[in-house]
Amino acid sequence: MTTTTVSAPATPSSGRAVPARASGRPAGRSAWGGTAVLLVGAAYCLLPVVWVLMASTKSASELFSSFTLAPSTHLWSNITDLSAYRDGLFWRWMLNTALYAGVGGLLSVLVSAMAGYGLAKFAFRGKSTVFNAILAGVLVPGVVLAIPQYLLLAKVGMTNTYWAVLLPSIISPYGIYLARIYAAAAVPDDVLEAARTDGAKEGRIFFSLAVPMMLPGLVTVFLFQFVAIWNNFMLPYIMLGNDKLFPLTVGLSGLLNQGATQPAMYTSVITGALLSIVPLVALFLTLQRFWQVDLAAGAVKA
Amino acid sequence: MRLHTSLKVAAVVAATALLASACSSGGSGDGDGKAAPSGGATPTDPAQKIELTYWTWAPGMDEVVKTWNAEHPNIHVTVNKQDGGDPAVTKLLTAIKAGSGAPDIMQAEYQKIPTLVAADALADISGDLGSDVKGDFSDGTWQSVTLGSDAVYGVPQDSGPMEFYYRADIFEKYGLKVPTTWDEYAQVATELHKKDPTAYLGTFSSGDAGWFAGLTQQAGASWWGVDGDAWSVDIDSAATQKVASFWGKLVEDGVIDNKPMYTPAWNKGLNDGTQVGWISAIWAPGVLSGNAADTQGKWKMAKLPQWNAGDDVTGNWGGSATAVTTQSKYPQYAAEFVTWLNTSAEAAKLLVSKSGLYPASLESQKTALTDPPEFFSNQTDFYTLASQISKTVNPFTYGPNVDVAYSAYNDAFGKATKAKSQQAFLDAVTTMQTTTLGDLKNSGYNVKE
Repeated sequence: MTTTTVSAPATPSSGRAVPARASGRPAGRSAWGGTAVLLVGAAYCLLPVVWVLMASTKSASELFSSFTLAPSTHLWSNITDLSAYRDGLFWRWMLNTALYAGVGGLLSVLVSAMAGYGLAKFAFRGKSTVFNAILAGVLVPGVVLAIPQYLLLAKVGMTNTYWAVLLPSIISPYGIYLARIYAAAAVPDDVLEAARTDGAKEGRIFFSLAVPMMLPGLVTVFLFQFVAIWNNFMLPYIMLGNDKLFPLTVGLSGLLNQGATQPAMYTSVITGALLSIVPLVALFLTLQRFWQVDLAAGAVKA
Repeated sequence: MRLHTSLKVAAVVAATALLASACSSGGSGDGDGKAAPSGGATPTDPAQKIELTYWTWAPGMDEVVKTWNAEHPNIHVTVNKQDGGDPAVTKLLTAIKAGSGAPDIMQAEYQKIPTLVAADALADISGDLGSDVKGDFSDGTWQSVTLGSDAVYGVPQDSGPMEFYYRADIFEKYGLKVPTTWDEYAQVATELHKKDPTAYLGTFSSGDAGWFAGLTQQAGASWWGVDGDAWSVDIDSAATQKVASFWGKLVEDGVIDNKPMYTPAWNKGLNDGTQVGWISAIWAPGVLSGNAADTQGKWKMAKLPQWNAGDDVTGNWGGSATAVTTQSKYPQYAAEFVTWLNTSAEAAKLLVSKSGLYPASLESQKTALTDPPEFFSNQTDFYTLASQISKTVNPFTYGPNVDVAYSAYNDAFGKATKAKSQQAFLDAVTTMQTTTLGDLKNSGYNVKE
């Protein structure tokens, strides 16, 4: 991701496809080969989405009997069924997920930006130790930490609350790492020194100068963290017992695991899965433009 | 450019903040309710509302509990629906180890009770129960909540006596006779598969250890045993081997399917009539109506085939008790609720209609189950037959490491069903025995060999 954002200054205008053609390479077999590979990749990624879309239009009996990719007409009734489940609990899960991912993502961006900026722009004792510890943190999968985090939060009686999911989501080693790299590349020391000479306080420098310059990188961190929390299963699954606090992932899994003696609610789960990716798609479409804007270039060159 | 962008960001931030505040205000009402139990250790007001949380995965349970809450304004029960079976148990055990976070009341499957008792997760409520509760249940059912001791670790809720379900229309079409012995079952399976090579009389499911345990229970097996203060493991008994070798032969001959149940493929089979029979339990109508709604009226239920003609025994698959956890601050009130839930006529009616459970209480079986389930409206004697069958369940003892035995079953029989060989089925039983026995010893239990 960093490479995309850093290389963006090469094309200050919006068109991304332009430089490829401008380079004047013959559009022969190699272009066809590339397109084919990309098409296969796109099909590989989109096919499951198409499946979910088709399956969510089927009634319970059609789901197992009709052709897999053939659409049907029950999408609306599936959505009403899902919404009716335990007085609209699904929508509560949707709001919970938005809360966990939105607030968790923003707080994580704030912490990552501050930590990354500090690590990139200040010299202090133990800096490399701290950075190495964070780098090591990138390698530890979050799943491994879920149980220790549960035991710690249980000690202070915070399991089964919104905080149980929010607090562990705030620290993202990868986000800090990314913010550090981005701050080092996008925030020129000259600008900071100029600001200091003008008498600006460090807090003001950070919020008024560094954060706007780091914005494309921070949007990336936000999107990563937002998606990671949105899709997180293990942490909320362990932390939460109250189903009114569940995010979508845990709630939908519960609809499938009803125990051997009860039918699994396949159609509701599939419809729920479809609805749960809609906000993600919308978020990506609205925020992706930030990746094409590079404020750092403007700060120095303009 | 910069102004433009930061404006946009401000808008996004504002929108998210709005959303967040909307959510947290929605959640705060709930937070107030949840705060009560922890603060309730020293009640300031004698009329204070007791808050109890209840982990269950039975559908419709919040509607059952609503009735209790309306009648008991001072003892308020909140249902927290969980993932069924193992996940809920794992979560409970984690909370017990952590020292907080467990609910007051917990749905506990019969086979999990020894595990939960061994982890000190379930409270002994013998002192909080009325003396008449025991008489409401059959001895075998009651034994599974006492584990043969004087303690009582829960009140039985539902049970799962096993039966044979079959597609009456397809049986008629091919002129098949409903099997009464396992020999006949094998014959019918062969005959059916010959007449329609895509159809199977059933499947051997390597994903459902409880199902296999129930079948061996019918044959007289009991996988664990208690001898004084020592456990024993008896999975590779002659009875289990008899069952394994019977099914191994059918799978080897290819007349019985080898795919697990509860998969999309199996559901498809139920819908399109290639799964012609299902060895299941009393709760099967709920699953069938959920997974194959269009086949309503085509199924019938019969007694499980017997090993010896003239016998009348069955096994148990599924069913659970309602237990009080050791972390509950109000075990006496929790016990009061649990008793109401599982013995009162009022709750029994709701459990049957809202949750689709087959009550374990003998009295409730008589009063609450009159009409056949809607899916089996063609079989008017459904519950009369079911109540006869439920009296014939063989005894069976579960041990403290059922999870190990069951996952050994999944692994070993998963391979055996793929290998499609009778010998592999017998080897799988041996593997289960070795794994389970070894684990019990390693866990530090007193084990008798």
